[in-house]
Amino acid sequence: MELQYWIWIAVGISFTLYIAIAIITRASSTGEFYVAGKGVHPIANGMATAADWMSAASFISMAGIISFNGYDGSVYLMGWTGGYVLLALLLAPYLRKFGKFTVPDFIGDRYYSNIARGVAVFCALIISFTYIAGQMRGVGVVFSRYLEVDITTGVLIGMLIVLFYAVLGGMKGITYTQVAQYCVLIFAFMLPAIFISLMVTGNVIPQIGFGSTGSDGVYLLDKLDGLHRELGFHEYTSGKKTTLDVFFITAALMVGTAGLPHVIVRFFTVKKVSDARKSAGWALLFIAILYTTAPAVAVFSRTNLIETVSNKAYHALPDWFEKWEATGLISFDDKNQDGLIQYVADPEVNELKVDADIMVLANPEIANLPNWVIAIMAAGALAAALSTAAGLLLVISSSVSHDLIKKMIKPDVSEKGELIAARLSAVGAVMLAAYFGINPPGFVAATVALAFGLAAASFFPAIVLGIFSKRMNKEGAIAGMVVGILLMLFYMTKFKFGWFGGGTEKDWWFGISPEGFGSFAMMVNFAVSIIISKFTPAPDREIQELIEKIRNPNDE
Amino acid sequence: MNKNETYWKTNLKYLVILLTIWFTVSYGFGILLVDTLNQFTLGGFKLGFWFAQQGSIYVFVLLIFVYIYLMNRLDEKFKSKN
Repeated sequence: MELQYWIWIAVGISFTLYIAIAIITRASSTGEFYVAGKGVHPIANGMATAADWMSAASFISMAGIISFNGYDGSVYLMGWTGGYVLLALLLAPYLRKFGKFTVPDFIGDRYYSNIARGVAVFCALIISFTYIAGQMRGVGVVFSRYLEVDITTGVLIGMLIVLFYAVLGGMKGITYTQVAQYCVLIFAFMLPAIFISLMVTGNVIPQIGFGSTGSDGVYLLDKLDGLHRELGFHEYTSGKKTTLDVFFITAALMVGTAGLPHVIVRFFTVKKVSDARKSAGWALLFIAILYTTAPAVAVFSRTNLIETVSNKAYHALPDWFEKWEATGLISFDDKNQDGLIQYVADPEVNELKVDADIMVLANPEIANLPNWVIAIMAAGALAAALSTAAGLLLVISSSVSHDLIKKMIKPDVSEKGELIAARLSAVGAVMLAAYFGINPPGFVAATVALAFGLAAASFFPAIVLGIFSKRMNKEGAIAGMVVGILLMLFYMTKFKFGWFGGGTEKDWWFGISPEGFGSFAMMVNFAVSIIISKFTPAPDREIQELIEKIRNPNDE
Repeated sequence: MNKNETYWKTNLKYLVILLTIWFTVSYGFGILLVDTLNQFTLGGFKLGFWFAQQGSIYVFVLLIFVYIYLMNRLDEKFKSKN
């Protein structure tokens, strides 16, 4: 059967499933809209968190990025998994015990101040918007590539679907669609990976396969290192970035993960404190399946690519090359007119340009897998993009309807009114996100990675100190958050957009890249909070009791 | 020392131990000591590279499940004292 039919069938079936789930599980109260009525099973919540977490970037781009960066790609692997340890050990159980709806709820109550709440809402909105604009763009790209519509139409279709189930279902609807989306996306990622591992190394398990030998009896990684040296690339298994920068980027991604409001809020949806710990464990297990496979896919496709194209005659290349050339993701310019492809590190001599995304997208074709596998890949990529977009939308709408309207502007709003406000703000947020998806400001791609820095620099210290220090007061926390997020915003706009005089790599403070600066800003946040709190009055007895209560899971 | 304080102290002890392991396998083995460990191999993997791209993630998953186990046991112990 034609590929296009298969894709329409796979996408059609999966979308019908999501919409059916949203209708069955629609929210009827604010509790259900914000936190799914706090009745989600820990394993279901683990899957939902995993889908929420793994975006189109994890699904499509990550393996490709690792493929081109080798060891340096480890920052994403460790950074985007290690944060769950912090979540499970330092945040999730206590925030669940606190038992309200949002992160600004916690900040506002724990620091007994609407200013603190307001600062937290501001941070949550900035983080979520930088993140979601990139997601909507991802949705558009995936739709346009697989369904052969233009990106604008792609964004609009994606927007309508997300709007439908996020507005109708709220957190409850989103949770159960995310469970379905996780199953679709992990199946779609693993199937080609297993086939390729089998093909290249004879081992069914990709995680073991990429440490084994190929058909020629040479260890795959040794061969790849050798190929890289031969062509002038940096050796695959060692890095190009400085150790300090790798350290800081990994830390910023880890701590940022633990500070992202759309991830944290997922732990508000389970029944009890012990379930919050459990679902963090399940979430990381489900994420680790993809994250330990991605580096294997990276090695297989990197080796495959080099062996297929390097010094080969252009006219003798396999069919997939031509097909992907048409998308512009791979391009060949025969500089020395010898009809052979020179793929080398030296930009003067190199004749081949390869986009990182192709490493995952072209996998099924490189491995000669049937068309229905490609169709499932399409459904998987869409599942990854939609689930993340929906989770972020919910944070934005609850920040507006709950934290701003209910808690700050109009406390006497009825439950029904708040629910209407929540749905309306979801509609508004989708439209704004779609606008950015269609007209992406040049900086979207760059800022998605920086959303982690912003989360690390603002929320993480305020929440951790709020739980682990009884002495931390509102003055310290507010000052810390404000200084942290402003410092991060300053550094990223300076080095990414050239504001405040701009600067190049040489001007980086202590050699830390903007991606890693979140760790530095976080340390400054901690320091400012602690110093200011020493010179200002301790919180009241009531707050000390609140902390006692958060720390004790038995005292319900 | 009262019951809640003992509970909290034990929790903090678990956190320190588990986070030390968390730091060691990722920042230690995967980043700071990566070149030293790369002199050893594990099958076809250089050891430091393996920790950075595989080992640390497995340990992370394990750490959370160990914490779940320890805390459930601790919760039980303090519930029965009530």
